[in-house]
Amino acid sequence: MKGFRYLKDATTLELREPACIGCGRCLEVCPHQVFTLANTKASIVDRDACMECGACALNCPVNAISVDSGVGCASGLINEWLRERKLPRGGGACCS
Amino acid sequence: METPAGRVPLIATELLFSDRLGAWKTRWGIGRMNYLVPPGLYAIGTPGATDPVVVTANYKMSYDIVRSQFGGRNVWLLVLETFGINVWCAAGKGTFGTGELVRRISETRLAMVISHRQLLLPMLGAVGVAAHEIARRTGFTVRYAAIRAEDLPEFLDKGRVTTSAMREMTFTFRERAVLVPVEFVMALKPAAVIMLCVSLFGALLGRPGAGIEAAVAYFGAMLAGTAVAPILLPWLPGRSFSIKGAVLGFAWSALWLLLTGAAWNSLSTVAAFLVLPAVSAFHALNFTGCTPYTSRTGVKKEMRAALPAMGTAVLAGGILLIINGILG
Ligand code: SF4
Ligand code: SF4
Repeated sequence: MKGFRYLKDATTLELREPACIGCGRCLEVCPHQVFTLANTKASIVDRDACMECGACALNCPVNAISVDSGVGCASGLINEWLRERKLPRGGGACCS
Repeated sequence: METPAGRVPLIATELLFSDRLGAWKTRWGIGRMNYLVPPGLYAIGTPGATDPVVVTANYKMSYDIVRSQFGGRNVWLLVLETFGINVWCAAGKGTFGTGELVRRISETRLAMVISHRQLLLPMLGAVGVAAHEIARRTGFTVRYAAIRAEDLPEFLDKGRVTTSAMREMTFTFRERAVLVPVEFVMALKPAAVIMLCVSLFGALLGRPGAGIEAAVAYFGAMLAGTAVAPILLPWLPGRSFSIKGAVLGFAWSALWLLLTGAAWNSLSTVAAFLVLPAVSAFHALNFTGCTPYTSRTGVKKEMRAALPAMGTAVLAGGILLIINGILG
């Protein structure tokens, strides 16, 4: 994405190329142009641009992609941590 | 209008003043939860069996933006039940999802209304919808047309081609600015409580003026993190949001010192430069939830480093202020 870059090496995105059938769906759904397709195989060209939205993994028909997606704001993560530790949590989170 | 599957409501493409007012209220968090349209199939113009089907969320603002693109066109609009939440957030939660799309296709008997089998979805809907699952379960093919509804007319005119610009995420000044009101309103309640406590604390120490001054300083730091940081985002130094926020907090502390400096001593100055940047940094970090490019892993990474630093800064600043209060 032009003009914006988040932290380096901060994504859980994994592509298992042997499984890929080259359908091109991941290129169609990724809003950050993380993939390219060459010789009927997808590959990752811009890993750091990944925002872990999960669209590619969900839409890959052969499950060749995995990524840990979910809430990405600080208060959402704090709430999640508190919930995991069964502590009371305040209201308010992104996307709610 | 009448279709083989029964009556379908016909909708306008022009937005009324009430639609715009509603959108404005939504952005400020007024009555946000009740802003939805009934899910189902809608007709724009006089669509026939071969006209395109565009899928969207039942968040009134998403629905308004989409329908207003199709003036003078014949389009079917399939509105999913996302409980009044926009496409991206709803897709993240799974309500704009495979199950709901399958259900809505069969409930509206879409297959009887149209002769083709293609659905046009917003690209960000791909977070919740698995295209191959839709094909398997309904026989419809999913095309993720574009990120922004504004590109749909061009997409249709160019023979349904998604250009690379339509696929590329943007985060323009305007796109950032519209997010500010909600950020600000959400931060307002806790901020009011903290400002009240700070003012009371000042009064307890017998210096109500200083208490109120500190409360205003806090408010400024909050504003820097929730409003100024999103707006200036690409021009602030660093990739980390907490650093961007802290830089603004420092700038605000310096400004506040210039404005009210006469009343400060060295202890309260150090305290202000510790606490205010931490406050701004926290709010800026929270904005990661609204941006379309920050990864969850990145935010976690940043939080592990930033939260302890912020906590320490606030604690140290607080102790300094208490010492200052006792000495002063
Ligand atoms: S998770 Fe989202 S941003 Fe990351 S590669 Fe997949 S589609 Fe692109
Ligand atoms: S969606 Fe999966 S199978 Fe299709 S190109 Fe991408 S990785 Fe390969």
